[in-house]
Amino acid sequence: MSGKRRIAVTVNGTRYEREVEPRLLLGDFLRSELDLTGTHFGCEHGICGACTVILNGDSVRACLVFAVQADGGEVLTVEGLGSVEALHPLQQAFHEHHGLQCGYCTPGMLMTALDLIRKHGRLTEAAVRAGISGNLCRCTGYQNIVTAICAAAAAMQSGEPAGDA
Amino acid sequence: MKPAPFAYAAPRSVEEAAALLAEHGGDARLLAGGQSLVPMLNFRLLEPALLVDINRIAGLDGIAEIAGGLRLGALVRHRMLETSPLIASRFPIIAAAMAEVAHLAIRNRGTIGGSLAHADPAAELPLLALLLEARITAVSTQGRRVIAASDFFTAALTTALAPDEILTEIELPDPPAGSGWGFAELARRAGDFALAAVGVIIAEAGGICRTARIAMAGVGPTPLRAPAAEALLQGGTLDTGAIAAASRAAAAAAQPADDLHASAAYRRHLVEVLTRGALSAAVARARKVVP
Repeated sequence: MSGKRRIAVTVNGTRYEREVEPRLLLGDFLRSELDLTGTHFGCEHGICGACTVILNGDSVRACLVFAVQADGGEVLTVEGLGSVEALHPLQQAFHEHHGLQCGYCTPGMLMTALDLIRKHGRLTEAAVRAGISGNLCRCTGYQNIVTAICAAAAAMQSGEPAGDA
Repeated sequence: MKPAPFAYAAPRSVEEAAALLAEHGGDARLLAGGQSLVPMLNFRLLEPALLVDINRIAGLDGIAEIAGGLRLGALVRHRMLETSPLIASRFPIIAAAMAEVAHLAIRNRGTIGGSLAHADPAAELPLLALLLEARITAVSTQGRRVIAASDFFTAALTTALAPDEILTEIELPDPPAGSGWGFAELARRAGDFALAAVGVIIAEAGGICRTARIAMAGVGPTPLRAPAAEALLQGGTLDTGAIAAASRAAAAAAQPADDLHASAAYRRHLVEVLTRGALSAAVARARKVVP
């Protein structure tokens, strides 16, 4: 019951086995154990949304879930969303609509937006604004983020790239 | 910050979890959705020796019809309450109120049992439990008991649960036939805890109010009912004068405190305004003016 526990978590399609302390947060597991540093910690108490990842199909705060709780589960992080060569429609839309400045909140914004689009399909601008209200951007770049998510949602619905057109 | 070290157990049954609590008592904490507990661990406001993770116990996440109501397992998540067809048809007030709770990623994890056991005085689910006269089941190695919501919330962040008890399920009796509901909340930002929230249930027969329930959150150490305001409505006509008088009585029943977010006077004012809106909506729904 005490001491380290052996866990197996599938992250971005790859299965990882590690021995972890029960107190290790999922976000620290991703960053420190797997070197997947795309997931950022901001507040570490569930307020800022920067560390949002997808766990078993649902967006979660990686600072409010322990790695041991993800044992046997599947995690999707920003590294699994797309690649530099083949951006995900959300990443493409953030790129085209200048949906980021410093980039710190961006992985959380992307994973939150992914869950919103998966659960709601085509989103109104109001639904996007409400949907990302739990993700803080301190560059005050919300307008372009909203534009990008709306464009990506439309593109993902129609199956076309999220271009400017 | 990071949590202090703790031992971890993920029992597969309520009996196993109860045995762990019986052994460790106040040194152990139950982990359900973790959306309130884990921040407290990260801040080291709590340093339990043992976390008992109940997420791997099967059968605690169902919503089932029972005679005269619904039974909800403790691990039913906010997101399930928001999207369940059974909740939408039987307790639409719950589905509506869930939209006010935090954000999608939090609602994906947070549980009804966890919210009730955490008993934040500004949270929606404790308010709804009190309003809907929920019956809360607690299990320990000594057996099981059912606690009325009116006896459950004893102080801020404090409930009638003993340290060795697990909240396993919640029964919600159906409101009276033909009743209408209203829910109104004000928070400074989307997803924040309520400065004040009010939920109401009313039922009419022959133009006379037969049932009136008013509950509020964010304006006292626990969620509160407003019995004097309810009494003003019962047996009378639900006109604008009665609604205004009951709303003033509800404001008088609030026990708000000054804090960083709002003054007590402002919160009391909010209770009056929110009660008026919730009652008007409930009357319109009972009369089928709005869905």
